Amino acid sequence: MRRPNWVPAGTDLDKPNAARVYDYYLGGSHNFEADRQMARKAMELWPDLPRIMRANRAFLRRSVHLLAEEKGITRFLDIGSGIPTFGPVHEVARAVQPDTRVVYVDRDPVAVAHSRLILADVPDCAVIEADLRDVDDLLSRPEVVELLEPGEPVAVMLVAVLHFVTDADEPEKLVARLREALPPGSALVVSHAGLEGRPDQAGSHQDLYKRTPTPLTMRSKDRVRGFFEGFELLEPGVVYLPEWRPDEPGTVGPHPERMTGLAGVGLLP
Amino acid sequence: MSEADPAETGGEFHAAWTAMLRAGHGSAVHPSVLGRLAAESGDLLYRAAQDQPFQPRLAGQAGALLVDNHFTDPAVLADALEVLQAQPLPDDRGPALCGAFAAGWAAALRERTLREQETIRLAADTARQEVEKALRASEARFRALFESAAIGIGLGDTDGNILAVNRALGEIFGGGPEDMTGVRVNDLVHPEDTPGVWEAYEELIGGKREYFQFDKPYYRRDGEVVWTHLTVSLIRDDDGTPLYQVAMLEDITDRYRLQERLRHQATHDPLTGLPNRAAFFERLEKLFEEPEPGARFGLCYVDLDGFKVVNDSLGHDMGDQLLTAVAGRLDAALSPLGHLVARLGGDEFVVLLENCRGEQEAVAAAKTVLAALAKPVLIGDHKLAVGASVGVLERRIATTTPGAAVRAADLTLYRAKEAGRGRWTLFDPKENARAVSRYAVSVRMPAALDRGEFFIDYQPMVDLADGSMAGVEALVRWRHPQLGVLGPDEFVGVAEETGLIMPLGRWVLEQACGQAADWVARFGDRAPKLSVNLAVRQARNAGLVSDIDRILRSTGLDPARLQLEITESTVVGPEDEALKALHALVDMGVSLAVDDFGTGWSNLAYLRDLPVSALKIAGSFVGDLHDPAKDTHLGWRIVSGLVSLAHTLGLTVTAEGVESRADAERLRLMGCDWAQGWHFGRPVRPGEIARRIAEANLPESDFAGER
Repeated sequence: MRRPNWVPAGTDLDKPNAARVYDYYLGGSHNFEADRQMARKAMELWPDLPRIMRANRAFLRRSVHLLAEEKGITRFLDIGSGIPTFGPVHEVARAVQPDTRVVYVDRDPVAVAHSRLILADVPDCAVIEADLRDVDDLLSRPEVVELLEPGEPVAVMLVAVLHFVTDADEPEKLVARLREALPPGSALVVSHAGLEGRPDQAGSHQDLYKRTPTPLTMRSKDRVRGFFEGFELLEPGVVYLPEWRPDEPGTVGPHPERMTGLAGVGLLP
Repeated sequence: MSEADPAETGGEFHAAWTAMLRAGHGSAVHPSVLGRLAAESGDLLYRAAQDQPFQPRLAGQAGALLVDNHFTDPAVLADALEVLQAQPLPDDRGPALCGAFAAGWAAALRERTLREQETIRLAADTARQEVEKALRASEARFRALFESAAIGIGLGDTDGNILAVNRALGEIFGGGPEDMTGVRVNDLVHPEDTPGVWEAYEELIGGKREYFQFDKPYYRRDGEVVWTHLTVSLIRDDDGTPLYQVAMLEDITDRYRLQERLRHQATHDPLTGLPNRAAFFERLEKLFEEPEPGARFGLCYVDLDGFKVVNDSLGHDMGDQLLTAVAGRLDAALSPLGHLVARLGGDEFVVLLENCRGEQEAVAAAKTVLAALAKPVLIGDHKLAVGASVGVLERRIATTTPGAAVRAADLTLYRAKEAGRGRWTLFDPKENARAVSRYAVSVRMPAALDRGEFFIDYQPMVDLADGSMAGVEALVRWRHPQLGVLGPDEFVGVAEETGLIMPLGRWVLEQACGQAADWVARFGDRAPKLSVNLAVRQARNAGLVSDIDRILRSTGLDPARLQLEITESTVVGPEDEALKALHALVDMGVSLAVDDFGTGWSNLAYLRDLPVSALKIAGSFVGDLHDPAKDTHLGWRIVSGLVSLAHTLGLTVTAEGVESRADAERLRLMGCDWAQGWHFGRPVRPGEIARRIAEANLPESDFAGER
């Protein structure tokens, strides 16, 4: 039970923040020393991390592109959008569907402020500060209501965000609640830190995130597949990031499991 | 580097360049986008390498283009320089070209880094300002809520220092909020504070409770009393450590005063101002609720002699004035002694002595009543001589009930009147029983059974070893239309004399066995064993055995669950016919107990021959342990002797009349098996017994701790 939203969330720049750490992994400079310290520490223990983040970003691109081009989806709800400097959803989708509308959602006030700055002049893109864990509040926001109202298919992007929802907050229930709000033909895009790819790294990596406001819960492939209950999984199902519909067969690489992240896309019948 | 075919080297260079870009960051980019970038940057570099004159600026542009497309990883620079170095160049511009590329890349990266840092800093500032704005708005909202709330609110720390109060709270105390600064919560004691309020407060600030609510009076600054409805809650920090207390006060003075006036009106006689009948019974019943073991009380039932004559001859007005004067005299004479004087109605008054120390004190009170009314009352020109008769009753609380006590005092008063007026008479149990039976019992009793005026209460009998309710004793009651509820002591004697004990006894057995069977059906083995009193005359009746057999069959009660209580006088000798019936009952599986053991002249020799399995030690033995006039040590030795006697005979022992935990514990230690008495529970309705059986299943139940 969380408190009523009377007092806004803090903006403690002395604590590492998942969105800014992610930006650092991707070679960006939208971050502060605390973020960089944590990212350097993580990369020291696990040098593959930047590659994993790039694979995640590439999955986002491929999934958005597919949904826009093949399924004709023009409405996207990107939850946990963070600092979308590199290949944001609207850029990828508008390459094929110029009238795409996107609502970006993040719970970090700094990420939200940043997104508003860089999207200030972009039409049909909204940024809201909301929390996936309070999914009813999220769905009640005017921007989200407007996105869902016409009953056209909407793609919900949960890219690298569900692993920041602990089991205590019942992520399956949150996804189910989202599903109930979606019109038929909508899509669910999930990528999630996986437990099985690098079991040697899982423990220490989760420990690092324990000190942040966004503790990390890596989950098994079965758990991740479970998020798609009620959806029809597109081929090839829930797989390691590079394995999901690669641009070219050669880009998968010999050890996709080293990318550890799991990915899948489902369609609502 | 050597001369080569520009077209061929151009193809090789482009392929190497594209592969280099795709290996790193390019994996996240769409192949077509990457293709365009590779072509554009490759072109620039190829021109920088081949064009005449040499334009290093083109290489710099290529480096910047990479950064613009997010190729910011330093590894890209190293890889790019390697590819550049590998291509054949027309002159010795190689180092310059690499340098220009690196500089262009680095300059663009520096710009980009600074720009991004600027953006994120701006975003952080914006977010922080938003948060601060929201915080200020939130704080302003709360301040407004606090300041303008109609309810008084005060914030204090857990040491009891008042930190802040709002205007409404200041007004309740007759001042402004500033008048409360420096005040400590503990300064706010009021002599009329409800018992428990400060204990609750200590528990709250000690973190043992989250909130409490009381109606509480305070002194205002002007010395007046303000009554409030107070709610105090505890605020803890994130770790759960008590941090603040928040008190909310609502001024309920008007409501309180109205309630007090209504209560006064409801509890006082409008003519004399004395407490009325309702108030008297309330006090009396409260006295019976949780008496100390051995506690006593006294009643003086007062009736004016010859009041009717005054009323009839001088008029009601004069009568009322006389009553008022009498009330004043009684109040003045007895209230200072700590006694309660109430008017019951008409010319009847009553004096209640709480915590009475003995008969002498009650008699003294009666004498005080008579002395107070000895001098004539002067009303107008009339000098009225009023006398009074007084019925005095003085008992241990545990031996009677409020209704029976008042009835007995009233009957005692009539004996005083009969004996000649202007005197007091002391309660006599034999006289009382005789008067009760004369008055109503014998005449009405035969019809009462048909009219359904009897009912049965059940008193718990507790196993001292584990505190469980092992049995219940069925106690018949008579809801008499005029006399109220009568206990068995008041009518069983008459019933025996008249023979009515036979149908009544049968009815009790049928009802009680049916009830016990119902408990067994509902609770199985947790149902208590049933104990029913058997009158002497019942035991001597030829049909007893077949009656009980029939009742057990029709109710389905297991005979082992029935115990019959007989008195020592039931069997008078070894040849007694009753002995046969008792043996037959025991053969049937029913068990027998000797009730009130030690009160008759027991022939211990017969006791050995009786087929009994249990003894009940009369309540007077335990009761006497608290009689100041008797030797407690000797009393305990008698009880202990009775227990070991019973055990020698192989009988289990039940102690009756147990009124305190201490006595229960001592009885347990001396090996007494079961006990019964107010400490373990009074006779109650069967529904209450069922509730207790059900509750006994709960692990935290402490049955012995209840009253």
